[in-house]
Amino acid sequence: MTNNIASDATVSEETLSSNSIELLRFTTAGSVDDGKSTLIGRLLVDSQGLYEDQLDAARKIQSDRGGEGVDLASITDGLHAEQEQGITIDVAYRYFSTPRRKFIIADTPGHEQYTRNMVTGASTADATIILIDARIGVRPQSRRHIYLAHLLGIKHIIVAVNKMDLVGYDEKVFNAIKEEFGGFCRDLGVVDLRFIPVSALQGDMIAHRGDKFDWYHGETLLTTLETLVVHQRSQDSVLRFPVQLVNRPRQPEYHDFRGYMGRVESGIVNVGDEVIVLPGCHKTKVTEIISFDGPMQSAHAKQSVTLVLEDEIDISRGDMIVGTVNQPRIEKEIDAYLCWMSEEPMQAGAKYLIRHAARTVKGQIKQLDYTVDINTLKHDQTPDSLGLNGIGRVKIRMQQPLVVDDYDNVRETGGFIVIDTHSNNTVAAGMITQ
Amino acid sequence: MSAAVDSPEIATSTARPDVAPAGKNRMAHLAQLESEAIHIMREVVAEFQNPVLLYSVGKDSSVLLRLAQKAFYPGKLPFPLMHVDTGYKFPEMISFREQMVESLGARLIVQRNEVAISKGMHPSMHGVARCCGALKTTALLAGLERHGFDAAFGGARRDEEKSRAKERIFSFRDEFGQWDPKNQRPELWQLYNGRIHEGESVRVFPLSNWSELDIWQYIKQENIPIVPLYYAKPRMMVERGKHLIPVDSSTMLQEDEVAKPIMSRFRTLGCSPCTGAIRSDATTLDDIIREMTVVKRSERETRLIDHGANSMEDKKKEGYF
Repeated sequence: MTNNIASDATVSEETLSSNSIELLRFTTAGSVDDGKSTLIGRLLVDSQGLYEDQLDAARKIQSDRGGEGVDLASITDGLHAEQEQGITIDVAYRYFSTPRRKFIIADTPGHEQYTRNMVTGASTADATIILIDARIGVRPQSRRHIYLAHLLGIKHIIVAVNKMDLVGYDEKVFNAIKEEFGGFCRDLGVVDLRFIPVSALQGDMIAHRGDKFDWYHGETLLTTLETLVVHQRSQDSVLRFPVQLVNRPRQPEYHDFRGYMGRVESGIVNVGDEVIVLPGCHKTKVTEIISFDGPMQSAHAKQSVTLVLEDEIDISRGDMIVGTVNQPRIEKEIDAYLCWMSEEPMQAGAKYLIRHAARTVKGQIKQLDYTVDINTLKHDQTPDSLGLNGIGRVKIRMQQPLVVDDYDNVRETGGFIVIDTHSNNTVAAGMITQ
Repeated sequence: MSAAVDSPEIATSTARPDVAPAGKNRMAHLAQLESEAIHIMREVVAEFQNPVLLYSVGKDSSVLLRLAQKAFYPGKLPFPLMHVDTGYKFPEMISFREQMVESLGARLIVQRNEVAISKGMHPSMHGVARCCGALKTTALLAGLERHGFDAAFGGARRDEEKSRAKERIFSFRDEFGQWDPKNQRPELWQLYNGRIHEGESVRVFPLSNWSELDIWQYIKQENIPIVPLYYAKPRMMVERGKHLIPVDSSTMLQEDEVAKPIMSRFRTLGCSPCTGAIRSDATTLDDIIREMTVVKRSERETRLIDHGANSMEDKKKEGYF
């Protein structure tokens, strides 16, 4: 496997200057049987995301089993415990780049008991690849995967119909799956849905087209990942700046300096903008945007900066700086979908900590409205409790108000985690809705 | 070949953060990785009583330091640095460390397992696992405990090694500093759960999502100083199996081994007996980045500690990074 080593001459100025490529995060959903590990192994191998010694290790595993070549699936096996049991126990992160993009894969197992891992992986993803075994077609778990991806707000869904080599690269098989699953996804409200026929094992339509799919005219999986235009969730005018820390350097030259450190989670902030500090509702102006690299005129979503404001207002960690339009809601009670992640079931009436943006408050589950059976998507209107890997709709009452948006509008101010006050474990992921 | 500094044109080619990149407000990957790391560091300072930055003097640590400067600018670093010194660190690393600490005005804690060092602990005599356990893990845990640090930043990256691919950014450790891979807290969005009980701690990895190439591109973009050992020059080496081992006073030459000058550099920096070099002509950052894009072996391969029974997974469970 040394045919894919770039020569010195192909190192582009982009590689040296480094500032031209984007980051794309995606997650993969599918079980071992769907060939998910093989697909990721194939992506890494064909995009040259692996080193020779890592390939050697995968070759050795294959030859120890009496096979030849590279055991693609073993590339993503991590811990000893997993290799012994032949399973994946947790989210693993993989990295590869092409000249166009750097990719972060959250590799999550697809077994039912690992819903919590899928949700974890999906929480930061821009896109999801859902694997379907061409021989078997749409399974209940395929529906579960799409439901969870959709619930977590992933806008770009790529369905890879895998093992096409085992059905003779038959267009009819692909089309039947596309029709059945496509209908289901559209009913759910998926906006950007693409189907790609692939054989991860043979490498067809992953990074290379291969010569088996003369009937398929779309892009390869890799080109799709490289070129998809990431949905811009929020408008520039929806400014959300949770204050992480108040910066008051103890150096004499900064005696009167007071900066508000944080990351623009959504929107744009400019020097001179009128802003409102919530939940106190103080109106003021941005006088400076400070960074190590010098003063800035404006900062946009995902930039970590320090804001200086015109008026002396009592601002502390957890407060949120927003614009004068498109205000968030200030709520002491929220409706949310919870994905429960703990062995200990949720009990209505129980008290937890709610960690939202830069604030942590006490909260009580007032009511469990219903739970969702993720295999049938049916609602249970009279649930007793919400158990591990369960999805439920709840009402939570907080001790202090939170500054929130609907998760569908602003992921960063619509998502929260639930922490058990005794164990300190993260026990649920929450998505605010109305 | 010029000296081991990059040219001024390169050093100033930094894309200004106030210039919006191509595409509507989609940040280039390095800017995004930088901003995420700054966000993580600020969360730690906000949520913990007594954080420390584990400064290994290597390239990843150098990036971590720059990110910390950026995160708290115009303030100074709000936490001390701790270097776990095994006594086998290259002299160039120690002098570089002193320069860095002075130029930053940072507080440095040097943590050594003096008992094991005075007894002559050496990987060739006591085995790599025992030596690492005593000089690194024991010293690290003692340092964290003595100073009561409840959060420790490390420069580990997920792409380095299999068990690190499963690490959280906030990696929870029990009161013995140990890692339980099967019982990690789920980490959702970028909401980090920093709640711990007395005696427990977290290790925090702001560079989790960075690759080795990202590190080098960032070092170039930011003109970050690094230990000269990363640049190639003729160095006295002995070839041991597939490894190139530097020869200094602590090297125990085996029979038939001959030290000879080889044009080489280090991809990672650890302890001199256990850190292999690579043959290389890369004398500038651009050379290193070019080399990175054609290199065929992973960087951890030059570290003898990751192989065999003494794997990273086992060491991490014991409390190692």
